[in-house]
Amino acid sequence: MLAETLQPELNPEALTELEKRLLNEYQQGLPLSPTPFADMAQHLGTTEDEVLRILDDMQQQGIISRVGPVFKPKQAGASTLAAVAVPPEAMASAAAFISAFDEVNHNYERLHRLNLWFVVTAPNQQRVDEVLAEIEAHCGQPVLHLPLMKHFHIDLGFPLW
Amino acid sequence: MSDDTIKLDELDRRIVVATQAGLPLVAEPYQQVAEALGVTAEEVMQRLQRMLESGIIRRIGAVPNHYTLGFRGNGMTVWDVPDEKVVEYGEKIGALDFVSHAYHRPRFLPEWRYNLFAMVHGRNRDELKQKIDTIAQMLGEDNRAHEVLFSTRILKKTGLRLVTGS
Repeated sequence: MLAETLQPELNPEALTELEKRLLNEYQQGLPLSPTPFADMAQHLGTTEDEVLRILDDMQQQGIISRVGPVFKPKQAGASTLAAVAVPPEAMASAAAFISAFDEVNHNYERLHRLNLWFVVTAPNQQRVDEVLAEIEAHCGQPVLHLPLMKHFHIDLGFPLW
Repeated sequence: MSDDTIKLDELDRRIVVATQAGLPLVAEPYQQVAEALGVTAEEVMQRLQRMLESGIIRRIGAVPNHYTLGFRGNGMTVWDVPDEKVVEYGEKIGALDFVSHAYHRPRFLPEWRYNLFAMVHGRNRDELKQKIDTIAQMLGEDNRAHEVLFSTRILKKTGLRLVTGS
């Protein structure tokens, strides 16, 4: 909930070839079999224990956030990307006000006149509009509504090396 | 592409809730999820497969943290292109391997003229700039204006939270 700075960088050179392959080749296509990690190990030429150890290490170091399904956002209901220009002295208050909504699941500070960007998701459009109106009233600035009209790309991961 | 109209039943939703924070890193992860839900591993795998085919699940795999991996030159790029060509260009830009997401969003005039968003990833700002130039060249004269917005702080980021029942 509180402002969180970006995580420290890991030196990618510190990763082994096996770790790099695992990351490049398994951003998608984790086997839907009873023993997916054994299947991966066979493909990679290593052992199931080694695959599990590497994934566990990478997860603990924050190199990967998790191993599992990536769901398409917006399963139901309404949602919009929104942006607002907040003066520097009001940033802490505005950021906290916006992040406090359960309906806000992403809130980023960006280098732009419009410096706060957030996503509002709710069961219906009326609730989305209410949240945006409350934020607009708090900030005293117009809030841009930029709902998704078309998504062009299914995120299948991308080559890291 | 994906079917937006497919409905999740109660068990699908329980599987989403049980797996959205990640699978357990054990030899038989689907079995462990299945036991917690009181169903068979076969049922869990079949339903994950169906959600994958319908597009509700985009992919199943390791989810890298690009920032930790040294991709420091990430930027949200925004483009003003003719409305009648936004789909054509969105598809082209979305197909580039350094673009993770591309979206068409409405303009919000007069404050906001841009109708196409693309998340571009590079190891540093120079690499990012080269990639943005690649997109600019692809658009040619139809690139009426563009900007890149760097994120300076993540103030809140939570994944999809799907609640069962109520």
